[in-house]
Amino acid sequence: MSDPAVQTPTIPGSPRGGLFSRVIGDKMALTSIIVFVLVLLSALLAPLLTSWDPSRADLDDVLAPAFGEHILGADGSGRDVLARLLYGGRMSLLGAFIALAVALLVGIPTGLIAGYYQKWFDSISSWSANLIMSMPGLIIVLAVISIIGPRMLSVMAVFGILLSPGVFRLTRNGVQSVRKELYIDAAKVSGVGDISIIARHVLGVVKAPLVIQAAMMAGIAIVLQAGLEFLGVGDSSTTSWGQMLNEAFLNIYVAPLMLIWPGVMIGITVGALAIFGTALRDAVQGTQSLPRARKTGSQEVLPAAIEVVDGALRDRDRRGTLLSVEGLRVGYPRADGDTSIVVDGVDLHINRGEVHGVVGESGSGKSQTAFSIMGLLPTGGRVLSGKIEFDGTEFDAGSAKFLTSIRGNRIGYIPQEPMSNLDPTFTLGSQLVEPMRRHLSLSRAAAKTRALELLDRVGIADPRRTFDAYPHEVSGGMAQRVLIAGAVSCDPELLIADEPTTALDVTVQAEVLDLLRSLQQERSMGVMLVTHNFGVVADLCDRVTVMQNGRVVEHGTVGDIFDAPQHPYTQMLLDSTLEGTPPRAPLATEDAR
Amino acid sequence: MIRFFLNRLISGVVLVFVVATLTFMLMSLSGGNPARNILGEGATEEQVAAKAAELGLNLPIFERYWNWLTSALTGDFGSSWFTNEPVMSSLANKFPVTLSIVIVAILVTALIATVLGVTAAVRRGWIDRFVQVFAVIGFALPNFWVALVLVTIFAVTLRLLPATGFTPFDTDPSKWALGLVLPVAALVTGTIASTAQQVRGATIDILERDFVRTLRSRGISKQSLLFKHVLRNAASPALTVLSLQFVGLLGGAVIIEKVFALPGIGSLAVNATTQGDLPQILGLVVVMVVLVVIVNLLIDLATGWLNPKARVA
Amino acid sequence: MTAPLLNISDVVVDFPMKGFLTKPFRALKGVSLDIAPGETVGLVGESGSGKTTLGRAVLGLAPVTGGSIEFDGVDITHVSTRDRRALSRDIQVVFQDPYSSLNPAMTIGQILEEPLRVAGVGKAAARERIRELLAQVKLPEDSIDRLPRNFSGGQRQRIAIARALALRPRLIVCDEPVSALDLSTQARVLDLMIGIQEDTGVSYLFVSHDLSVVRHISHRVAVMYHGEIVEYGDCAQVTETPVHPYTRKLLMAAPVPNPTEQAARRHERERVLALDDAS
Repeated sequence: MSDPAVQTPTIPGSPRGGLFSRVIGDKMALTSIIVFVLVLLSALLAPLLTSWDPSRADLDDVLAPAFGEHILGADGSGRDVLARLLYGGRMSLLGAFIALAVALLVGIPTGLIAGYYQKWFDSISSWSANLIMSMPGLIIVLAVISIIGPRMLSVMAVFGILLSPGVFRLTRNGVQSVRKELYIDAAKVSGVGDISIIARHVLGVVKAPLVIQAAMMAGIAIVLQAGLEFLGVGDSSTTSWGQMLNEAFLNIYVAPLMLIWPGVMIGITVGALAIFGTALRDAVQGTQSLPRARKTGSQEVLPAAIEVVDGALRDRDRRGTLLSVEGLRVGYPRADGDTSIVVDGVDLHINRGEVHGVVGESGSGKSQTAFSIMGLLPTGGRVLSGKIEFDGTEFDAGSAKFLTSIRGNRIGYIPQEPMSNLDPTFTLGSQLVEPMRRHLSLSRAAAKTRALELLDRVGIADPRRTFDAYPHEVSGGMAQRVLIAGAVSCDPELLIADEPTTALDVTVQAEVLDLLRSLQQERSMGVMLVTHNFGVVADLCDRVTVMQNGRVVEHGTVGDIFDAPQHPYTQMLLDSTLEGTPPRAPLATEDAR
Repeated sequence: MIRFFLNRLISGVVLVFVVATLTFMLMSLSGGNPARNILGEGATEEQVAAKAAELGLNLPIFERYWNWLTSALTGDFGSSWFTNEPVMSSLANKFPVTLSIVIVAILVTALIATVLGVTAAVRRGWIDRFVQVFAVIGFALPNFWVALVLVTIFAVTLRLLPATGFTPFDTDPSKWALGLVLPVAALVTGTIASTAQQVRGATIDILERDFVRTLRSRGISKQSLLFKHVLRNAASPALTVLSLQFVGLLGGAVIIEKVFALPGIGSLAVNATTQGDLPQILGLVVVMVVLVVIVNLLIDLATGWLNPKARVA
Repeated sequence: MTAPLLNISDVVVDFPMKGFLTKPFRALKGVSLDIAPGETVGLVGESGSGKTTLGRAVLGLAPVTGGSIEFDGVDITHVSTRDRRALSRDIQVVFQDPYSSLNPAMTIGQILEEPLRVAGVGKAAARERIRELLAQVKLPEDSIDRLPRNFSGGQRQRIAIARALALRPRLIVCDEPVSALDLSTQARVLDLMIGIQEDTGVSYLFVSHDLSVVRHISHRVAVMYHGEIVEYGDCAQVTETPVHPYTRKLLMAAPVPNPTEQAARRHERERVLALDDAS
């Protein structure tokens, strides 16, 4: 065997993106951080920015208008508004900081321990967290004030405890999801201690969501503190934004404009935190609005596909053609604006009653071709060009209209993974019945009868019980049979099966392949069978198309492909199968060599 | 299903019990001199002592707790130390006001947020951006500030809607409704914003799922796909958000009532807590927690009915 | 005849079930097998057979409630975390999923360094060893500073193998290491593993659901069904002329990549099924 690895290209690397670099890279996040820092600085540097004393009440200046001696005017007691804004920021930011610090200090360690070790600590702490989250926070805070007096900073510490369940839950869930990952098992096998595992592996994953949540909580804390001060339960001698709003309220009929300044400050500060949070969340999860794709795409040049000439066979095919695809091109827009081509000029044709295998490895574009034929590409996928002919009707590969009318009743689809392809909130029966009622105009009772017959036909032992069951109540093999029943329920002419047995055990696979064969023969359906397994191709298919990197490299009858493969890639694939390779001799004989 | 319901019910009862007990203990053990607070600075020592005895403050704490608990279970929460009005009756007068605001607010939120969130998720484009921007604004501006601005514009300047006061539903339904417009509008800006975002996120997530593609391959109608399948799957996280919003709304309503001078529990709560009026505080806390428990129970039931997998949890 | 490196005797594994009084689930019902130094023993079965559980029990990742596991004569059935650390020099693992067995936030260098660091190897010596390992699995040296997501599935699996080899173990438990890989990559990775075995004399406990994969790499094969070993013997015998009906069923169920041969196998399978139904 030739030296494989060094030639295989790796995917071009994106910059080593830690959390920090992702934040700096994102314009929104960066702007919001700058805004927040400016607010913070204005509060800290208040004495430098204004010479007025925020508590100095000057009766001559009561409700003085803006742009006079007082830049932003004076309030109902003659105090300078700008000074109160700047100094007030200190209170608001400090209080929020304390609440946040307490929430994190309480929530993170408890979340880590509860998530990692579980058992009794988890039960107790989860229950306590639920308890705290169910309590109306404001009332509790008010009650706390009545106990300890209007000491706002202590109150904010208590509020931090009220916020901690959110942090606890986030951390705990993060830990639990990571615990199941195999690299944690690998670390354990290497003898890495629990604390190291938590510190190195778990925290790294939980970092980003925690930062986002912290930003949101800081915002909530600022607003709550302002609310408390607005109610008048805070310390009236200290300056804060909430106090200013309270005073503005008292003068609402006389000087309503005084509402604006503290509101704007709160809005900007909390807004900056919120924007930072959402920008970061989008960067981490990728739920932004999608970018628009640019026209051209780039693609490396591959050796040309070798046409296997069918000759007379071809002419005969054309008369009985069920599906014909010509020049199909499919692409996905990349973040940088270019398009990544996944299907690059594919031709395919399937005759009536023929089982046609589409074989390739991962990245060959075989599944994308299948999705395009049904008009069901995943989000972001676009058909760039191509023509499809289905049973005599020709249409553009990208047009949705015709495809929508034939899905379900003339084309059936069998997916790969049984469990994730069933709606968990509806019974299996109702999911079978709904399409039949729509396409075949059956009454509910007639559809149910037909569904039960189908379930029996596909080999389900107790059709009635399965009809009323939910997806999570049946096994993978049963679920796949139900999906097959659904695919053939409206008597389609073409069946598109996307790796229908890959997720199943080998003995179940054999049974399902038998089922597909008998269904196909019974109903004379054309089948497009997408697979990577040549054994399956040998078992079921009449003709085969081999794909690599989005292109067709070879196609022909199943006999031709197996006996005399023409393209080097096909030859390589067939050589790679392990069926028929000699078994290894026992150890003693090897040593004796 | 029954087991699930009972489970939640028992948790709820335990919750009420624990919260009440904690509140009682914390407040009673915190020192201070309620008797003096009630009578004021000018009272003499004997008067204070007499008042303390009258309120039962000399008794050991567990006895006081037991007394309170036994009468509370019969519905008698005692009387306010400061106003002498029976706690239950003052709550019965004021709670409906707050409740009507909160319930209308949550219903309005549920409706508008669902429409906005689903549309944003399905259509993307400008409405998607709008929802995201709106979410930030709604989060950043305190709802009582929005209330103040609304009052200034609609009530003071334009004089279209009443600035203060509350008309009970039975007296005049249309006036009742008008009186609710501004308070509810102020409250829901924040909740619609964040709920819409959650709904949008949940819907996007579900639209990406495999079973949606399989359903589409069966050829079911777009409406059925969206309103029957997608919504049912998105309901669970949406309802969870709503239950959290409800708890927040209760707090928010308290503050809003000050702006609109509504005779709800807001002023009751502020006074009781600043004065240390224990029976009143306890009554308030218990009723609030019971309310939260009921709402959470209803939401849990709805979630369990919509999502069979959740019933097992 | 050399003493076995690994000796598993009547091992029982019970998993506790949710709920108050529910009986635990017995995943392994008394399983015995042994592995000699430098040998590959293949463990083949379908989902629920317990093959993965057995592998995990050897690694200390499953709760063993009966029987014993001996490594080099020492009982390792219930080992403390500190002793597990010492054991990690001798017993390592390669998992199935190349996408979740490597921490996506760590560079290859950090991933390979972790087991070395835990064993107390100095920084310079670790660097040198990492270079050796990358050469052994035929990956370029500049992989050290890159993240897992820059590599294909086959390449990630090589990294996982490199990590397993770091401390020169004597036994590697391989849990479906090639199942998630493309056909052409499977053969290459398997041959790499055979080459490493011939060079270093390491033993493999090779768990897989694919009989043909197991056939290619194992000296001896054990077939598992519902927590028990139903057949155990030399590779050729078990994978070409099996005795137990379940093994026969497995063999006949796997489709052959040759239309005429597959048709023949299918008819054979149907005939056997009909016989079974009749009996």
